[in-house]
Amino acid sequence: MNIKDLPEESLFTPGHTACAGCPAPAIVRNMMKIFGKNSIVYTPANCLLVFSGTYPHLAWKVPYLHEAFENTAACISGVARAYRRKGRKVLAIGIAGDGGTYDIGIQALSGAAERNEDVIYVCYDNEAYMNTGIQRSGATPYGASTTTTPAGKKIAGKLEHKKDMAEIMRAHEVPYVATLSISHPKDFLEKVKKAKEIEGFRYLHVLSPCPTGWRFDPAKSIEIARKAVDSGMWTLYEAEYGEITNIYKPRKRIPVEEYIKGQGRFRHFTPQMIAELQKWVDRKWERLYGEKP
Amino acid sequence: MIEKIPAKKMVITGDYAAAYGALLCDVDVVAAYPITPQTLIVEEFSNFVNDGITDAEFIMVESEHSAMSACIAAQAAGARTFTATASQGLALMHEMLFIASALRLPIVMPVVNRTVAAPIGIWCEHNDSMPQRDTGWIQMSCEDNQEVLDMVIMAYKIGEHKDVLLPVMPCLDAFILSHTVEPVNAPSSDEVADFIGKYEPHAVLDPDNPMAIGTFTPPEYIQELRYQTHVAMENAKNVIKKVTKEFASKFGREYHGLIEEYRCDDAEVILITVGTVTGTAREVVDDLRQKGKKVGLIKLRFYRPFPAEEIRKIAENVKAIGVYDRAISYGSGGPLFIETRHALYGLDLPVLNFLAGLGGRDVMTKDVEKMYEILLKAKEEKPAKEIYWIGTRGVSI
Repeated sequence: MNIKDLPEESLFTPGHTACAGCPAPAIVRNMMKIFGKNSIVYTPANCLLVFSGTYPHLAWKVPYLHEAFENTAACISGVARAYRRKGRKVLAIGIAGDGGTYDIGIQALSGAAERNEDVIYVCYDNEAYMNTGIQRSGATPYGASTTTTPAGKKIAGKLEHKKDMAEIMRAHEVPYVATLSISHPKDFLEKVKKAKEIEGFRYLHVLSPCPTGWRFDPAKSIEIARKAVDSGMWTLYEAEYGEITNIYKPRKRIPVEEYIKGQGRFRHFTPQMIAELQKWVDRKWERLYGEKP
Repeated sequence: MIEKIPAKKMVITGDYAAAYGALLCDVDVVAAYPITPQTLIVEEFSNFVNDGITDAEFIMVESEHSAMSACIAAQAAGARTFTATASQGLALMHEMLFIASALRLPIVMPVVNRTVAAPIGIWCEHNDSMPQRDTGWIQMSCEDNQEVLDMVIMAYKIGEHKDVLLPVMPCLDAFILSHTVEPVNAPSSDEVADFIGKYEPHAVLDPDNPMAIGTFTPPEYIQELRYQTHVAMENAKNVIKKVTKEFASKFGREYHGLIEEYRCDDAEVILITVGTVTGTAREVVDDLRQKGKKVGLIKLRFYRPFPAEEIRKIAENVKAIGVYDRAISYGSGGPLFIETRHALYGLDLPVLNFLAGLGGRDVMTKDVEKMYEILLKAKEEKPAKEIYWIGTRGVSI
């Protein structure tokens, strides 16, 4: 599957108010082209809701629901069950950020996954609470400076490493878990298409480099997403019923130092901090690929 | 509904009555989470599902917050939904209650009134439902298990009325009703279907007719929505009266709308009660009447919308009014007392508050007698205080 195979019509229209260089509109627009018209979308509180769902100027051509922040998976469960009762098949899709997934939304998410609800849950991960002004989340990587983990004189950035959310979802042994990146469009589209065709609980997790929050040149979102994959900071894989069925291994692995270069959130990094982040990546690499990097 | 259910007489708990009401109303989606003393409701409904009596979708969610979230979403997708909760579960749901009403989704949720921690307790108190006053839910209280069943049925008809479109919370007292069996007359599923009609939602998440529901809205639009919801709650007063009347003519049980008067005609003092204490108070009224005392009783059925006009009309002809509360707004008084005094503003008569049965303590006839004794005294001489903690250690009346 390629970009040129996608339908012309966009169910997510231009005219929204996302920041320059924000990958979220591209993520959502391309996903929706595959999911198609027979979809109902829920978004919790996040940037996407504000930049694409402000009444009366909505960017959505499919039914669109918002209730609250912590309940995406419960809401799409409700939509899916209402339609199952009607005897009609629709795609119930939730699109949440990392805060709404890793932190406040994890309980509802875990519950819906365990019940194997027939829904698609998308996490677009920009590694902090960007909508409220760049506060740290469970997705924020080690050392990153955010407004609640500032690079201070005594404590420099976030002290903890990023939580491995996709692995948590894999442990639920749901029909489908996939990690995606906008830097790898063919892989992205194939995974979205596969998710559409599977029944039961499907979890798609996309890295979404945020020029505003990560402080980089908005022209470089795709480049940074690629470096995240090439450094091992972000790993592309698919898992079915808890087993990894497909994993992408970068041909030439780059050091994390090269990934963090050009991102203001890592500007204060010392060689020790770089080494600590590299150590985390190395551990993750070994765990996922079963070999030392 | 898979098979028609005939009318029958049953001896059942209040929780069973609530679950059976949802069954008869042929709900589409139930999302619920267990909590004492509501648990029997979800257990009974699970039996209906697993025994193949209903083909409703049943989502056994991981929290009350998710239960209400899922009900809202399912209702927004056009389903008739049902859930039930109590106490801490209702408190956890609080955030979502506002959303159900503002989206004008007539969800029905029995609440089994139980004390809210701390300290933790499982017995009857109204401090779980009453703090939900401003969430836009219609709230009513039941006196017995028959009323629980009948109110779940009426709740759908009231909430789904085009002039209302609000969620409804029938409340029943923990254990006193929830776990106590009483004889209950249940109508047939056909009679109920005929009475409540088909749910015709005003706005639906439908791929064939896309619309946004609940989305980010600037100040230019929200104030009008608040006004419309307020008007809907006001409209509910007449709809409740109409529906209880229709119910009486169809099923033969009369609930008198927002309040029920008991021996109020020539009464000099009146006590307003809520929930199961009403039954105890009826006995006390009969007893005092036999002794020649002109006492009456108002059974308050609805807390929202509050029957201010109805109570005021009665109060104009009496000399003292007492309000029984099983909850307290710290530093002020019982929630029903505050509401009643507001309704009676400008009338020159003592309005007294009786707090009893908090934390689930039994309210006995002697406690209610004490309330009437204070009221009868208050009609003769101006009382020294307004709030009376009945049967409270360390507090003198």
